[in-house]
Amino acid sequence: MDFINAIILLLNYIFVPALAYGSQLALGAIFVTLIYGILRFANFATGDMMSFGTMFTILFTWYFQSLGISLGVLPTALLAIPFAIIFMIGYMLLIDKFVFKYYRVNKSPPVQLAMVSIGVMFVTQAVVRIIIGPSDRRFFDGEKFIIKAGEFKEITGLNEGLAIKSTQVLTIIVTMALVSTLFWFLNKTKTGKSMRAYSDNEDLALLSGIDPKKIVMITWIIAGILATIGGALYGLDKSFKPFTYFNNMLPIFAAAIVGGIGNPFGAFLGGYVIAFSEILLTYAYRKFFMYVLPETMEPDGLVQLLSTDYKFAVSFSILVIVLLYRPSGIFKGKIL
Amino acid sequence: MRKNLNVIAAYSIMMGLIILVGIFQSWNIALSIFNLCLISAVMTMGANIQWGYAGLINFGIMGYTALGGLAAVLISVNPVQEAWSAGGSNILFSLFLIIGMVLAVRYVLKKYEKSKIRTYIIATIIILGIITIRFVSEPGIEAIEEVDPAKTGFLGGLGLPIIFSWIVGALFAGGLAFVIGKVALGLRADYLAIATLLISEIVIAIIKHEDWLTRGVKNVIGLKRPAPYEVNLQQTDWFINLVEKFNSSKLNLISDIAERQAALNQFVIEGSSVFVKLCYSGLFLVVVIILLILTQKALYSPWGRMMRAIRDNEEAANAMGKNVVKQHLLIFVLGSAIVGIAGAMLVTQDGLFTPGSYRPMRYTFLIWVMVIVGGSGNNFGAILGGFAVWFLWIEAAPIGLYLVNLTTAGLDDTHFLKIHLIESVPYFRFLMMGIGLLLIMRYRPKGILPEKIEIK
Repeated sequence: MDFINAIILLLNYIFVPALAYGSQLALGAIFVTLIYGILRFANFATGDMMSFGTMFTILFTWYFQSLGISLGVLPTALLAIPFAIIFMIGYMLLIDKFVFKYYRVNKSPPVQLAMVSIGVMFVTQAVVRIIIGPSDRRFFDGEKFIIKAGEFKEITGLNEGLAIKSTQVLTIIVTMALVSTLFWFLNKTKTGKSMRAYSDNEDLALLSGIDPKKIVMITWIIAGILATIGGALYGLDKSFKPFTYFNNMLPIFAAAIVGGIGNPFGAFLGGYVIAFSEILLTYAYRKFFMYVLPETMEPDGLVQLLSTDYKFAVSFSILVIVLLYRPSGIFKGKIL
Repeated sequence: MRKNLNVIAAYSIMMGLIILVGIFQSWNIALSIFNLCLISAVMTMGANIQWGYAGLINFGIMGYTALGGLAAVLISVNPVQEAWSAGGSNILFSLFLIIGMVLAVRYVLKKYEKSKIRTYIIATIIILGIITIRFVSEPGIEAIEEVDPAKTGFLGGLGLPIIFSWIVGALFAGGLAFVIGKVALGLRADYLAIATLLISEIVIAIIKHEDWLTRGVKNVIGLKRPAPYEVNLQQTDWFINLVEKFNSSKLNLISDIAERQAALNQFVIEGSSVFVKLCYSGLFLVVVIILLILTQKALYSPWGRMMRAIRDNEEAANAMGKNVVKQHLLIFVLGSAIVGIAGAMLVTQDGLFTPGSYRPMRYTFLIWVMVIVGGSGNNFGAILGGFAVWFLWIEAAPIGLYLVNLTTAGLDDTHFLKIHLIESVPYFRFLMMGIGLLLIMRYRPKGILPEKIEIK
C-alpha cells in the first residue's frame, strides 16, 4: 500500500505536471527549430510571438464570453484559438514581408537575422503590452478538474490524492494531435518533403524546382499555428503574463538545442527532457522516502537535490553540458 | 577636422538634447540621464570590443553587470562579525573544497587521455564534490542567514571605499568571462549567443538566491558613496555661499529677508542634489575618457589590426600564425571586464543592490541595441549609441504621451481608447527601440557612426 502511495505521489507532483509543461515547451521548441531549420536563424522573438498569439486568443475568448457562447465543460478559449491563429499568421507573414524577407533575399549572415529578430521582439512586446497590458490574466473557464485529490482518495482509499487538471489533459491531447499531424505533414506530403529538402540543402532544393517563397510562407504558417496553440495552452494551464512568456523563451531554446536544433522530433522530446529534469531535480523527495523506506531509515531533511529557486538554472545547465559534449544535440540536429 | 565633422555634429546634437532637458524639465533629471548615459556608454564599449573588434556575440551582459554590482557590495559593506563567527568557517572550508575539486578535475584532465572513463571520473568527482560541499556549507549558511535577518543575514563585505569595487568588479566579470570563454567560445555565433544568455540567467539565479552572500531579493541598501551626502552639504558653509553666489541675481530681486532666506534654502536643497550628481558625472567621465583612450590606442595598435584580421577572416589569420582561440578568449575577458566596471558604477550611483532588477531586456538586449545603433567597431559610435538610446529610453514616455495626445486630440478626455493609450505610454519605449533597431539595421547597417579605419 505504501508503495502505491509513493507512486501516486510521484505521479501527482512530478509526472503529470512535467508532462503538461513539457508539452507546452515542446510546441515552442518545434517552432524555434522550424524557423532555425528553414529560415536559418535563432528567433529571439519566440516568447513574444507566443504571447502575441495568446493575446488574440484571450481577446476572442472575451468576445465570445460577452456574446454568451461557451463550450460547457471545455474552456471557451478552444473556440477562440482558430480565429487567433488566423490573425497570428497574418502578423507573421506581415513581419516576414517587411522585415525578414530583405535579409533573406540578401543572404545576410544568421547573426544579423538574429539581431533583427531582437528588433521584432521589442516591437511585438510593445504591441502586446499596449493592447492588453502587462498584468496577469486568467482566461480559463469551464470545468477545472477531471479528478480532484479528495475524490481520488475517496474512490481508491489511498492516503495520497491524485489531482488532474482538465487543462493538463487538454494540453497533452492537443499537443499529441498537433505534433502527429505535423510529422505526418513533414514526412508524407509533397510540401512537407520539399520543406525538409530545403532545410537540408537549399541550393539542391532550388535546383530541383522547389519554390522557396512557398516554403517560407508555409513555414511561417506552421510557426503561427504552433506559437498560438503553445502559448494559449500555457496560458490556460497557468496564466497569461507577457513577461513570463518572454522568459519562457529560454527553456524553449534549451529544449530545441538539447533535442538537436533543426530536428523537430528532437525538439519535441527535448521539451520533455527539460521539463522532467527541471521538476525531478528540484522536487523534495522526503515524503516519497517516508513511504518507501522503513520507519527507522526516514530522512531528516527535505531530500531535495536543488532548491526550487534554481528551476530555470537546471535546464540551462543541461543545455550547457549538451553543448559541450554533443553540440549537435542528443538527437543529431540539422536534418529536419 | 573635416573627417570628424559627423562625430562632432552627432555629439553636439546629443549634448544639446540633454541641455534642453535641463532647461525644460530640470537639471536634476538632465544630470541623472547624463550619468546613466555615461554608464551605458561604458557597457556599450565593453560589448563593442567583443562584437566590433572581434565579432564575438555576447548576450551575457546582464550577468557581468550583476557581478560588478555584487563586487560593489562585497567591497564596501562593513563585515558582519556575528555572521562570520556563526558560519564563516563552514563557508571558507567549502571554498577550499571547491578549489580542491577544480584542481582534481584539472589533474584528471591533464593526466589521462580523452576517453569515456575520464568523463565518468570527472562526473563522479563533481557530483561527490557538490554533495560534500552541500553537507559542509548548509549548517553555515543557515547560521549566517539567521543572524539578524531583517538587517543583515549575510556575511557583509570588506568595508573598503566603494571606488575600489570598480576594479574588483572588472576582475569578477573578467574571471567569469574566462570560465565561460574556455567553455563556450568554440560554439558557432548564434549558439554562443544563446549559451551566454542562458549562463547569465544562471548567474542571476545564484545572486538572487544565495542570501548568505548577497542578501538575495532582500536587497542591500545604503551603500557607501564616493560623493558627499546631500544632507551634509546643505549644512556646510562653503556650499551655501557657493549657491548664494550662483543665484545672486535672482536672490537680489527679493527684498524681504525672511523670503530671501526661504528662497536660498530652496536653492541649496536643489543645488545639493545637482552637486552630488555632478560629482558622479565627474567620476564617470574620467572612467569613460580613460577607457576611450585605451580602446582607441588598442584599435590602432598592431593588436587591433590583428583582431580585425581575425574577425574578417578567421582562417586566413590562423594561417598567418595568429592564435585565434587565445585572442578570442582575451577579448572576451577584456570586454566583459569593462561591462563589470559599468555594473559596479551603476550600483555605486544607485547606492543599492537589487538582484531582482537584473532583467535581460534592460541589461542585455538594450545594450545590444546601443551597440548596433551607435556603430559597431567604432568607439565613438558605441558611446554615442549608449547616449542616444538611453536618452530615448527615458524620454520615450513623454514623447509617447505627446504623440498620444496629438493623435487623439479629437477624442473626449474620458474616451476609453484615449485612457487606454495614456495608460500604456510606458511601453512606447519598447516600440521605439524596436522600430529604431529595425530601421538602423535596414538602412544604415553599420550604425550612426560607422567603423572607419585609417591607416596611419
